[in-house]
Amino acid sequence: MMNYIWPCLILFSIVFSVFSGNVLQLGDAVFTSVTEAVTLTIKMLGMFCFWSGIMQIAKVSGLTDKISKLLSPILNRIFPSIRNDVETRNAVAMNVTANLLGLGNAATPLGIAAMRRLQAHSENKSVASNDMVLFVVLNTACIRLIPTTAAMLRHEAGAAAPMDILPATVLTSLLSCTIGLIAARAFEGRHYE
Amino acid sequence: MNNLGTYVLLLFISGILLFALIRRTAIFDCFLEGAKDGMQNAISILPALIALLFAVKLLTASGITEALTHTLSPLLKKIGFPAEVLPLCILSPLSGSGSLSAFQDILATYGADSYIGRVASVIAGATETTFYAVTVYYGAIGVKKIRHTIAAALCADISGFILASFFVRLFFD
Repeated sequence: MMNYIWPCLILFSIVFSVFSGNVLQLGDAVFTSVTEAVTLTIKMLGMFCFWSGIMQIAKVSGLTDKISKLLSPILNRIFPSIRNDVETRNAVAMNVTANLLGLGNAATPLGIAAMRRLQAHSENKSVASNDMVLFVVLNTACIRLIPTTAAMLRHEAGAAAPMDILPATVLTSLLSCTIGLIAARAFEGRHYE
Repeated sequence: MNNLGTYVLLLFISGILLFALIRRTAIFDCFLEGAKDGMQNAISILPALIALLFAVKLLTASGITEALTHTLSPLLKKIGFPAEVLPLCILSPLSGSGSLSAFQDILATYGADSYIGRVASVIAGATETTFYAVTVYYGAIGVKKIRHTIAAALCADISGFILASFFVRLFFD
């Protein structure tokens, strides 16, 4: 699918910029985007190493098992097929924990580790399994208990109580995440080849 | 309150280290072992990341956000959704830095404690950069057919925007 979406997005942008008179900005974007991707990777390189290291400590010490057991009633319901695979459930549990705490930098390397475990379960390695789709949707619409960045920017913009959005944020992310998971389950059949 | 994120972070790290100390884990060896894996993961997502950022940068530079906001705002006014937040809604699944600056724009223009400012805050707090997560997760493990991922993720995003305006009205009116 990306073989079509990607070129279409680029061609559309180029054609649209001609009509909107933004051709020159588009020329800049060609170069800045590539440099930015490299800068982002270098920034992530440190973060990935650090958090993967910290999480390896949690794993070997047995803390991961404890957290995973705590979350297992919910996780077993969302991913019934990994019920008997403790390693995979542990990886998923650590990613969910990092997301809940708002530690996005930690969540990503943990999520990739979980994706590798889920991939081991699927027969065709280059096609996303139902569980992989569910897991990615869970991460794109992650439930966040503490909206750290949003509250910080609200504080800077002079909000009286920057954290007063917390109940609305938790409810919004909880419900939209549920809708995403239901949608993922509902679309499963239709897209299978 | 604003340093809450820092406290959570430090508590999280100290919690793991203390637990591992009590369990007599080989902490330093484990760290190095894990960090090595992390390095490979970070490098493996670079090609997909370049592809994504290239397309997203072109799309946002083409002026499509402004055009969409202009076209859709009458429709949104009818369902009670503040059209001023639309640039943030369009950018939030696409670009982390783009949506951050759109969010700051909204706060500066309409105020953090206005209805518009609050809806934007809830959206900024409750959504993730969808396309980035999809690219990173699938890119890292080499999955090519992502099936219904985007469709389901966008369902979650769009319902998040609508729910944000609903809950802000519920809590603050």
